[in-house]
Amino acid sequence: MTHIEASGLRVEFPLYHLAARSLKKQLLARAAVRVRTDESNRIVVSALRDLNFRIESGERVALIGRNGAGKTTLLRSLAGIYEPVGGRLTIEGTIGTLIDPAAGLDMDSTGRENIRLRALYQNLDEAAQAKLEEEVAEFAALGEFLDMPIKGYSAGMSIRLAFAIATAMQPQILLMDEWFMAGDATFMQKAEARLASLVSGADIMVIATHDMQIARRWCTRAIRLDAGRIVEDGPVEPVVAGMLATPD
Amino acid sequence: MLAGPLTTTETYVFDAASPRRKEAALADLREGLASWRLAWALARLDLRNRYRGSIIGPFWMTLSTVLMVAGLGLLYSRLLGLSLTDYLPHLTVSLVVWNTISIMVTDACTTMTGAEGVIRQLRVPFTVHAMRTVFRNALTAAHSLPLVLAVLLIFQQIPGPEGLLALPGLVLLLTNAFFASMLLGMACARFRDIGPIVANVMQLSFFLTPILWKPELLKNLAVYLPLNPFYAVLETIRGPLVEGGGAPLTWLAAVLYTLLFGAIAMAFFVRFRGRLAFWV
Repeated sequence: MTHIEASGLRVEFPLYHLAARSLKKQLLARAAVRVRTDESNRIVVSALRDLNFRIESGERVALIGRNGAGKTTLLRSLAGIYEPVGGRLTIEGTIGTLIDPAAGLDMDSTGRENIRLRALYQNLDEAAQAKLEEEVAEFAALGEFLDMPIKGYSAGMSIRLAFAIATAMQPQILLMDEWFMAGDATFMQKAEARLASLVSGADIMVIATHDMQIARRWCTRAIRLDAGRIVEDGPVEPVVAGMLATPD
Repeated sequence: MLAGPLTTTETYVFDAASPRRKEAALADLREGLASWRLAWALARLDLRNRYRGSIIGPFWMTLSTVLMVAGLGLLYSRLLGLSLTDYLPHLTVSLVVWNTISIMVTDACTTMTGAEGVIRQLRVPFTVHAMRTVFRNALTAAHSLPLVLAVLLIFQQIPGPEGLLALPGLVLLLTNAFFASMLLGMACARFRDIGPIVANVMQLSFFLTPILWKPELLKNLAVYLPLNPFYAVLETIRGPLVEGGGAPLTWLAAVLYTLLFGAIAMAFFVRFRGRLAFWV
């Protein structure tokens, strides 16, 4: 059964460029550590602290909170990109991530080549690749531009292609940044229909958003993060109300 | 309307109390090697993008080797008192192999930082990035093969069946390049000073390794040459091509170095694989 379970989940970001990035500093730090205390001399930001939650099949979860609350970090951890330093994370189901639309795109390649590249990233076989190509071509509606390098695309065209590629496959667990809900207006109608089918096809959706309308409209549950901790978790309305009631 | 469901069913379990790093690293290697087509496609894209608009493309590398062989060949054959027939085939093969080793090692340093965009957005085995570096440089190096062939033909030094031994030598070289891309790729992501250090080491090694000069010029000191890992790996390819097969000792040394290097690289990979996304 598709589900996500986190217990005591902790993710820390080392800030190497602030302090210990260079070898020299690291070596010096080692020396200093021995003289002083046993604590490692890194500067770390606790991005997520002791998160406990379980998301069942059928739930649509909005991650809300201020900038830097840890929303995207949590998405990336769920996607298996950031490895937690503490706690336990269990995810069952195929994961689709819509975090950065341009992920894995090659600017010098044509639209079609990028579709094939994505098929390789997803480990698709020939038949699935052909299907993906056809489907993306149809949805992005780029016409002859599909066979031009994408660095020559207008902003709108790149968004259409990126969106079409990113949303072409149906995952069981959909991890999404709010970017995907806000595109150019003419494209948005088409995109919304696609998103709706993607969301309804997925067993679980987790979306990080600042937009309370998105949370209200798409989600059944909201988790509010603040400074890396869960401060509220429950049905959308009360959590959103709590969020809006809190002064910045 | 959708192209279909994602097919890879997966269960992702991570427990910080028992990180099971070895299993994760092995799975990364397994999945990465299985995705060789992705690495190959990315490597070909790299090559195409690097030489976009250039007429002779990667053959610029070959051309610069030709110029080096011609210039250095005429000068050093006189300095070292060797005949051109003796010296040029040695120099050509050595330079081509060395250029390959050198570019693979220096390029290894940017393996992971260069793939930053992918590492932070998609869950792709890190092995793929290492293979991409190896494939890319192997493709570039392959453009110099005609030069080697031409020189061997001109000087009538086509090797006999022992020349086939260069193939296992090539495998050793590529294996080492893979380990280097893993180890240096990760280490350079963490410590940005390692890249310049590596570049310096490679420059020095060029002069310490018998490339411009021949091993026998060292006289009785030549027995110590296998201590130089670059020499050992170089010799497993050069030996079969121009010296009638490498000495068994250099083969032994090359295999030992590869195993040792591989063990270090894999240990590092197992230990720090989970941290890489934070490093790049």
